[in-house]
Amino acid sequence: MKKVKGFWIYVVLSAVIYGVIQLLINGGILNPFYANTLIFIGINIILAVSLHLVIGITGQFSIGHAGFLAVGAYISAIITMKFQLPFPLALLAGGIVAALAGLLVGIPSLRLKGDYLAIATLGFGEIIRIVFLNIDYVGGASGMQVTHLTTWTYTFICLFITITVITNFTNSRHGRACISVRENEIAADAMGINTTYYKVVAFALGSFFAGIAGGLFAHNFYIIQPGNFGFLKSFDILIFVVLGGLGSLSGSVIAAILLTVVSTFLQDYPETRMIIYSVVLVLVMLYRPQGLMGTREVTDLFGKWKGAKGGNSYGK
Amino acid sequence: MEWIQQLINGISLGSIYALIALGYTMVYGIIKLINFAHGDVFMIGAFVGFYAIAGWGLGFFPALLLAMAVCAVFGVLIERIAYKRLRNATRIAALITAIGVSLLIEYGFIYVRGAQAAAYPDVLANKNYDLFGIQVSSQSLLILVVSIVLMIILHFVVHRTKIGKAMRAVSHDMEAAQLMGINVNTTISATFAIGSALAGAAGVFFGVYYTKIEPLMGVIPGVKAFVAAVLGGIGIIPGAMVGGLVLGVVETIVSALGFSQWRDAAAFIILILILLFRPSGIFGKNAREKV
Repeated sequence: MKKVKGFWIYVVLSAVIYGVIQLLINGGILNPFYANTLIFIGINIILAVSLHLVIGITGQFSIGHAGFLAVGAYISAIITMKFQLPFPLALLAGGIVAALAGLLVGIPSLRLKGDYLAIATLGFGEIIRIVFLNIDYVGGASGMQVTHLTTWTYTFICLFITITVITNFTNSRHGRACISVRENEIAADAMGINTTYYKVVAFALGSFFAGIAGGLFAHNFYIIQPGNFGFLKSFDILIFVVLGGLGSLSGSVIAAILLTVVSTFLQDYPETRMIIYSVVLVLVMLYRPQGLMGTREVTDLFGKWKGAKGGNSYGK
Repeated sequence: MEWIQQLINGISLGSIYALIALGYTMVYGIIKLINFAHGDVFMIGAFVGFYAIAGWGLGFFPALLLAMAVCAVFGVLIERIAYKRLRNATRIAALITAIGVSLLIEYGFIYVRGAQAAAYPDVLANKNYDLFGIQVSSQSLLILVVSIVLMIILHFVVHRTKIGKAMRAVSHDMEAAQLMGINVNTTISATFAIGSALAGAAGVFFGVYYTKIEPLMGVIPGVKAFVAAVLGGIGIIPGAMVGGLVLGVVETIVSALGFSQWRDAAAFIILILILLFRPSGIFGKNAREKV
């Protein structure tokens, strides 16, 4: 009963947040700059949460997430620009193709562990980028023109679906299986959990939502270029998850909001932004390696609707 | 004939990769850390060489030695400031720190100097020798010879000196080495110093060979050198040399076949194939994972 009540509180709260911001945008109180920042925050939250599922919940260290973002961005852009099909369909298709790419990458590489997995995903991310760089159909290095279709409504609906699906997944038996893989893969295997299956499922689901974020991303920026999806972008997403706390969904959401706001204000000083990012990353790792929230959730503070919890023994 | 010429170009490029890969492989061997900042040490080496030659008018060899010395100090500083506290941290925390240090060096350097590229001064008169109908540039020959000399010195240091023995002992079992009275901190610092000095040398070679340097130049060669280290078997010194040379030759062949756009992808495809089919590398022994 308690869980159901918590869910409705969450739905009502989301509707209120959406409604208030939509009213502010319609009423012209939020100028287009702030509206655009909000959309960007939404996209970054989707990315952070999708990577949180892979790194925070399942414990598979992937640093090639921008590759799936790129797949979603290009596929959805092709569907709206070349086939003139509606935007929601493009988002969905971007997500599905990104999930397929995630399967394709995940099945071979998830046999690897730790550092090796990280490097392999980095390699795959770069290969995806180089493939797009060499396809003339999508404009090669000069990129592809995309019309602006992303609105606050689309972003919020996608964000809502992402958070709902990933929270419910985490709290289901599949999510618990993923957490057990994170905590101790050998023990999980011994308990009869098909670890490879759960790793691949989490990876594909994470890629799916990264693909959806890619669709929103592409239709928010007028132009997409392979250069936007290099490993610097992957590191950006990684920083959200690490700073927020590996294993905390609300942590990655908070970090995504915080860092997007900071980087928006530092837009004119890209070097300063990267210096701040990297110093924060190093300091957090040295003095608080579990991140801002650890594995706790914001909801834990209120004592109800507890998120899925794991020990503090992240990684090996 | 043209193929042999391409092969020589590939070997020159490969020896640059090999020099960077040696630092990766030594550091990984000793503290199991993928030192992402290594590519940036390489960049710093290239710039020290650049300022030494263009600013102070030093010759090639003094500039090379200066770059190596500065990089050695720089490498030790990175280790002391950032990595030392992480000896007992999780591997992932160490990896993220390394990424952070790498970004900090890149963008800190851009902040101080600016992002514009610089043209490397023509410090070595480039002559083409005609060997049995093959055109060999004196630059690639010199790079090759100096790299080989450096690798021979490295081999001597690792196998014939006391500090080399300590390095091998620490990489084999850090705790046991400590119990035997080996100063682990000094040994790890020495490893960083040697690896970084080699990366600094590679930076100067890169500048002389490609004549263009910029603050973000270390990223791609750094990752590729890591590929080379994995290819040869990470932690194994001869493996890094062979891996670097193989990677350089493969890249040159891919370019020569007309797929120069795919050159970077070739390295990553090699990496993934190696990781999937022979994760211990060409020279690696198959160590069974302990539970």
